[in-house]
Amino acid sequence: MNDAFQVHSDPELWEELGMDVARFSGMPAMLTGAYKNIFLSQHNRPEKMSYFDDMVANIHTGRIREIHDAKKGGKPVIGTFCVYVPEELVVAAGGICIGLCGGAQGSIADAEKILPRNICPMVKSAFGFKVGKICPYFQVVDLVYGETTCDAKKKTWELLDRYVPTHVMEIPQMKRERDKRLWLDEVKDFKAAVERITDTVTDFDAVAAGIRTINAKRFALQRLNSLRHHNPSPISGKDMLLIEQIAFYDEPVRFAQKVHELCDELEQRIGLGVAVAPTPTPRIMVSGTPMALPNWKLHHIIESAGAIVVNEESCIGTRYYKDLIDEGSKDLEQQLERLTERYMKIDCSCFTPNDDRIAQVFKEYEASGAEGIIDYCLQFCHTYNIEAVKLREACEARGIPFMSIETDYSPDDAGQLQTRVEAFLEQIRG
Amino acid sequence: MQVGIGLGSRTIKTVTLKGGAVLQRRVVESGFEPHRQALKMLGEHPQARVVATGYGRHLMQQHADLDIITEIKAHALGARHLFPHCRTVLDVGGQDSKVIQLSEDGRIVNFQMNDKCAAGTGRFLEMMAVSLGYGLTDFGSAAAEADAGTPINSMCAVFAESEVISLKNRGIPPAEIARSVHLAVASRLAAMVSKTGECRHLVFTGGVANNTTLVAMLENALGVPVLVPEDPSITGALGAALHAGCS
Repeated sequence: MNDAFQVHSDPELWEELGMDVARFSGMPAMLTGAYKNIFLSQHNRPEKMSYFDDMVANIHTGRIREIHDAKKGGKPVIGTFCVYVPEELVVAAGGICIGLCGGAQGSIADAEKILPRNICPMVKSAFGFKVGKICPYFQVVDLVYGETTCDAKKKTWELLDRYVPTHVMEIPQMKRERDKRLWLDEVKDFKAAVERITDTVTDFDAVAAGIRTINAKRFALQRLNSLRHHNPSPISGKDMLLIEQIAFYDEPVRFAQKVHELCDELEQRIGLGVAVAPTPTPRIMVSGTPMALPNWKLHHIIESAGAIVVNEESCIGTRYYKDLIDEGSKDLEQQLERLTERYMKIDCSCFTPNDDRIAQVFKEYEASGAEGIIDYCLQFCHTYNIEAVKLREACEARGIPFMSIETDYSPDDAGQLQTRVEAFLEQIRG
Repeated sequence: MQVGIGLGSRTIKTVTLKGGAVLQRRVVESGFEPHRQALKMLGEHPQARVVATGYGRHLMQQHADLDIITEIKAHALGARHLFPHCRTVLDVGGQDSKVIQLSEDGRIVNFQMNDKCAAGTGRFLEMMAVSLGYGLTDFGSAAAEADAGTPINSMCAVFAESEVISLKNRGIPPAEIARSVHLAVASRLAAMVSKTGECRHLVFTGGVANNTTLVAMLENALGVPVLVPEDPSITGALGAALHAGCS
């Protein structure tokens, strides 16, 4: 497997998508190397990970071809950057929803030709992918739907609109009744916009189907995460993170089925006592800002230091799948209200106050059997960075080992992070 | 016999313990191949149990049969050995600075380390000294004797350097700028100590603790006495040697 694995190339398809093919052609080999080193070198991986390995091998080809063909067949493709944009309504309208967040250092220089340097690396990476024409997903989308969760994003959308049609949803920053009404209106506007783009009207049945499909995907991830919490762990944190990342670009029905197949294998492993790490391995929960593909930096450092990551309290993690939408609505209005209610439960740090998140962190800490929390903050993400103060206080009050780190995608602080993670593990081991 | 070896960003230190007493301690430049230098130093005690710490610890483990611990644990062990009541350790080395909080029985309960920048580290002081034409030893003494200077605002090594250059070009005497640089570093370190928790029995370790001007400024900023080991740069290696005794 290790030797055979290769991230595929398809210069013809990339040319058709208007990519900078010359520049992008080195990417598959780089990703192949990184993936072999970080993922395929792991011991005793579940066999059903092979599907997700294939999803990585086909990340720039097979999956893009699928989306491209569907698009030719009339399916609109909408790119998003945030778990607040309701993908149920895109699926209801027969469209494809793709998460476009950027997690690579390579596109940041492209972004910094235009954007200020001292903003979030995720925003810069995503913007740079489009400007440099080096992301096939960005090239295949018809339009993108941004939101107002942070200042860097909402002002970048104004500039991104010059490269790809960019719509923006207003996310409220408080959770009062009037904020919920605003969000419901935004959801309705979003539905209308998707209908305009797809030239369809999404009725009750269509919305119900969209909700069922995405609920099923989220439920599969819930099942996987609870199996993963078993001690000793039947799957590594790196593999779990990878699946949480793939959730944003795979076809949702097939993805859910493949996650369940993996879950079945994990159940067998648990029954047989098969684990990826021996029992006294320190169990670490990661909380904070999302890790977009191919950002595996922190997980790789933690697991290389002899610990295992047992939970991601993050948008690319539990924040994406912890809540489902009630499927018992009687009419369209009620469907949209229940959808809105579900989305208002997302505990992003852009909200104030956001104490629900602290409670959620402890709930997941308990459920995962973690022995310490590493709070991960991307540089210049002010809301998560400041919220880390309250999280630290709450952890100290409960005697939970806690460490917050602030970093970006560049490799130059890997040595320092390694020292900090190892010292944190020494602290936990006592 | 136990040997602790600290492979830092600028120097390699060894401490050799025999029967609990320090038999030998050495500090040499890291050079371009730190592990070769380190192996040479270890060659003098082939029978000893060795624990490595510092940035080069993993490199050492590839070349020799030894255990490793992080600098954080090593400095905590070393500081606690020298000052048994120590509850807070401030270690400022070449590449990074850290604050470690210890429980009453000496366990690490919390620690902080500077992020990916050189602010408030030995490297920062060194760069500033060079741009003002001082050596590392006279940098501190010049600052001690100077008048209160214009505050330096920037803590980024790159920006601070241009700030220093612009002060020089305003005709401000180098000693006065040196004082400003020291004050800025002291206030940054004091903030880091305060942020980590209550400051009790603070021990200042690492090569930068040799700078008595900085120590005095830190005492002033924190309002508590700052304890400095006789040879602060070997504290981590001492901690590693002590760990070799318990492993």
